[in-house]
Amino acid sequence: MLVLLGVLLVVVGFALRLNPMLVVTAAGLVTGALGGMSPMEILDAFGTGFAGSRSIVIFLLVLPVIGLVERNGLQEQSRRLIGRMARLTTGRVMALYLLVRQATCAIGLLSIGGHAQSVRPIVAPMAEAAAVKRHGRLSRRLSERIRAFAAGTDNVGAFFGEDIFVAVGAVLLITSFVDTTYKLQLRPLDVALWAIPTAVCALLIHGFRSLRLDRTIAREVEADAARGEPAAEATGEGFTAGEEVRP
Amino acid sequence: MIKVEWFYWLIAAFFLVVAYMVFRDDTNPRRITSALFWALLGLCFPYSSFVVAKTLPAWPLGLTVVAIACIAGFHGLAHGTQEKTTSPQERQRLADRFGNKLFVPVLIIPVVTGLFATFGTKLSIGGQPVLEPLSETVIGLGASAIVAVIVGMWVLRTPHPAVPLHEGRRLTENIGWASVLPQLLAMLGLVFATAGVGKAIGDSAGQILPRGSLVAAVVLYCVGMALFTIIMGNAFAAFPVMTAAIGFPLLIQHFHGNAPAVFAIGMLSGYCGTLCTPMAANFNIVPVALLELRSDYAVIREQLPTAVPLLACNIALMYFLAFR
Repeated sequence: MLVLLGVLLVVVGFALRLNPMLVVTAAGLVTGALGGMSPMEILDAFGTGFAGSRSIVIFLLVLPVIGLVERNGLQEQSRRLIGRMARLTTGRVMALYLLVRQATCAIGLLSIGGHAQSVRPIVAPMAEAAAVKRHGRLSRRLSERIRAFAAGTDNVGAFFGEDIFVAVGAVLLITSFVDTTYKLQLRPLDVALWAIPTAVCALLIHGFRSLRLDRTIAREVEADAARGEPAAEATGEGFTAGEEVRP
Repeated sequence: MIKVEWFYWLIAAFFLVVAYMVFRDDTNPRRITSALFWALLGLCFPYSSFVVAKTLPAWPLGLTVVAIACIAGFHGLAHGTQEKTTSPQERQRLADRFGNKLFVPVLIIPVVTGLFATFGTKLSIGGQPVLEPLSETVIGLGASAIVAVIVGMWVLRTPHPAVPLHEGRRLTENIGWASVLPQLLAMLGLVFATAGVGKAIGDSAGQILPRGSLVAAVVLYCVGMALFTIIMGNAFAAFPVMTAAIGFPLLIQHFHGNAPAVFAIGMLSGYCGTLCTPMAANFNIVPVALLELRSDYAVIREQLPTAVPLLACNIALMYFLAFR
């Protein structure tokens, strides 16, 4: 039970907003030590964990081309495009993206979307521009909220779409673990089919929230105006010009 | 055969280029340590190839990663103040000039990735698969990035490869340490597993095991999956533990649940936890950096109102559908 102190360390570290890199490293060292691992074994586990998880960063390879098109005005063009489509509100952009993301993931196309390759260059600017089209300028707080919602929509669509696809990691993990551990014989197709009810719920819940986003935005814009919050630093011009954002 | 390792080496080369550019950037207040951060990170990738192949020991890699974490943790990582990209006004003009052509390189990424994912597994020459098995999607994403950058340079009349590299470095610097955090968390997950954290949590969950009540057992399994995923940052790590503690002995053996339904919905309950945790850094923290948001928890905050009702739905779905 002592090893759970390592978990506590992570929770406390994140709660105190210490640098996550240090929190995670310290938690690893402490947990390993409490679990009776030698320093060498801990470092070995660190190394093996790093080497085995390299595929997570492969998305960085798309950054040069994303930067290239952004430099040439991609986000501006995304905004213009949305400006011409009168019926597309922020909420509808989100709901539409949710549907597309979920549907493509369900047929196994997980990595065709993502925060680097679709949210930052296209979806987030469009969602923001749709709100700007309606309300004029937005406060920085509100435009950040819209961007964060766009990132969340990508996650929801991906998580609750991918499991419908038979050959995805989660389905194969379930079947291989259960089959080898408990001597059952699950068919991946059955597991994938049982992901459909949850996928429908996710689409309904997050789709509903997406469509309601327009009302939330309208309310917040009013509240901002009432408070006299300066829209001066606010956007419509995007989050491109390298302002220092992370502390 | 096209190997996934090639793309890891490409990432390494990219990090080394970033390190070089950072080293040359006089406006960076922590030029040396920042360059060291990216250079060490770059060196970790080729070394990892040998660790995976078990030809070199893993501990030097672990030690290097600790050093990288310390550089970032003790404020050694910064980026330059001088912005060398185009101004908003220039971008408006460039958007006038290129119009919807700007979308071409971006759309190449999903198209090429999709082609690799769909047909990649079927390609073979003389009985040998062209793409390394099980890595087709990773290879597809890497290949699409290369194709997209070539097409992008052509469409946008960019003569020099330094331009996309420079822009890529700018975005990578913006992400900063968050680009390594997901891997650090994967390391932590491995230590947790080796040190027996999962077993400890599974045991305590097993102790509050409600033998008589199906509702209570379903709630415990689903909520347990979500909570343990919040701790581990990964539903895959939570699944074997919670399934061994509750899912199999109680829901399958005792209450005779429908196994595919119980396990599928259980895993998806874990995904509700993924939406709520900073430990799932690649989903919840990296986009904070990519979208230049001020609060680390901005994305999680927008996801909570979906995650909580969805977890409730999962509990209801499992209870009503899996035990008939």
